[in-house]
Amino acid sequence: MQVASPEVPGRAAALPASITTKVLRFLGRVARALALPAMVIAAWQAAVASGALPPRMMPSPLAVATTAYDFVLGNADSPGAYAFSGSFAKHAWVSTLRVLHGFSLAVVAGVSLGLMLGMSRTLERFVDPVLQVVRPIPITAWLPLSIIWFGLGHRATIFLIFLGAFFPILISTTTGVKMVDRRFVEAAQMLGTSARQLFYRVYLPASLPSILAGMRVGLGFAWVCLVVGEMTGVGAGLGSAIADARELFRVDLIIVGMLLIGLIGYASDMLVVYGFRRALRWSPGLFR
Amino acid sequence: MARSKVAVRGLTKVFAEPGSGKQTEALRDVSITIEAHEIVCLLGPSGCGKSTVLRVVAGFEQASGGEVLLDGRPIVGPGPDRGVVFQEQALFPWRSIYENIVYGPKIRGRPRAEYEELAERYIGIVGLRGFENHYPHELSGGMKQRVAIARVLMNAPEVLLMDEPFGALDAQTRATMHEWLLDLWQTSPRAALFITHDVDEAILLADRVYVMTARPGRIKLELAVDIPRPRALDVLTSDRFMALKREVLECIRTEARAALELPRA
Repeated sequence: MQVASPEVPGRAAALPASITTKVLRFLGRVARALALPAMVIAAWQAAVASGALPPRMMPSPLAVATTAYDFVLGNADSPGAYAFSGSFAKHAWVSTLRVLHGFSLAVVAGVSLGLMLGMSRTLERFVDPVLQVVRPIPITAWLPLSIIWFGLGHRATIFLIFLGAFFPILISTTTGVKMVDRRFVEAAQMLGTSARQLFYRVYLPASLPSILAGMRVGLGFAWVCLVVGEMTGVGAGLGSAIADARELFRVDLIIVGMLLIGLIGYASDMLVVYGFRRALRWSPGLFR
Repeated sequence: MARSKVAVRGLTKVFAEPGSGKQTEALRDVSITIEAHEIVCLLGPSGCGKSTVLRVVAGFEQASGGEVLLDGRPIVGPGPDRGVVFQEQALFPWRSIYENIVYGPKIRGRPRAEYEELAERYIGIVGLRGFENHYPHELSGGMKQRVAIARVLMNAPEVLLMDEPFGALDAQTRATMHEWLLDLWQTSPRAALFITHDVDEAILLADRVYVMTARPGRIKLELAVDIPRPRALDVLTSDRFMALKREVLECIRTEARAALELPRA
């Protein structure tokens, strides 16, 4: 079959942009990103001001902002009894370490098992039924067992994070390896690649985009599981801060805790993507 | 007669469908030879099994019957002594152009000094100086196929196997690639099997053309192309070219009619 395709290099559209257009483009992007949050906050403020939302249930954006400021940076004016003042860094640090711990275990286990399952049909048929039964069990259903196994708090939380992040990473990696184009394997073979070298030279690099996708989904679940685990009662952590705030009926602090977890989760996702930038610069469309 | 570089004798290939196990005969009693320094074209319609012949010689597929020999030794699997250029681009997208070109010698543990010098030469030959650090997706179709050819030549293969390498290119780029390939063979000829369905391409490039029939694939005609080298694109309008083309087309026409069981109009 003869398909006439014009000789157009892939990057022809990228014209050199001057610094000013770059800055303007960036500001435009920021403005577009902030437009929806601004609208939500405006509606929220209007609802509170009009009395449609009772402040007990939903404090005003300003009240939440004040609490956020105090929670993150501390406040000289706050009374000494105010236990949360300036404690964000401590909670965030502990939580981040837990996520890092559970997530790295999940990456190591998920990627290596996923590569093996993707390479070996026999192994996959052997392991897959078990995985598919274990996978749909919700993380909250694991909670009682993990508390009995690991005790209340820290280690149980790490176990839950591991579980939550493990399956998306495993499944994406397995699929990625199975979808590696035969052409690349054959090309490598005819160039002199041995069966042992194929793994690192072809299967691993070719499935890297899928592995990254699985890691991003897994990291999202890691933050979910973190909060589930921490709410069962640990000394410190953003989840425990939210749980404590509920005990005290501090709705403002609950909202602040939720928003900060969202922001940290977002930042962690950007870090992972950034970490893969160099390794995946060959993949068109992934970074634009 | 001296031993052929590649000898395919009585090759048959039967595929079993994965689901039903139904057997399909793809090749029946195919015999071809490729001598050193010679370009042999395998010409046939889509689905006639011409690519399967190449895949068996490459070692990607096992023969169901017959023998396939390289320098008199049976072919058991893929190896760097038989470089393959695929129709669709099969450069490693995660490697830069330079990394693709040096992949073969590097993976085989050749000394760096040796392949760096060679790569430098081939980057010049394929006209990609300045593109060493680009990635395959940033190149045009013709450039990619030239890199694919350079990547394979870096291994100094005994025989080059090209599976419709220019099939996905537009007509003008393809003509340029033909000229380039003819030049390359003028300076450094080697044994090559070139698969195509394009009669002009086959006669222009080949020293010998085998015409295949469809399903199951058999060799219908063997034709020596006695147009002297060096050849350029003006060969395409020469009388000798036209005569050879007529002969091939006549063979194809009879065969196609028989295959389709067309009624006499």
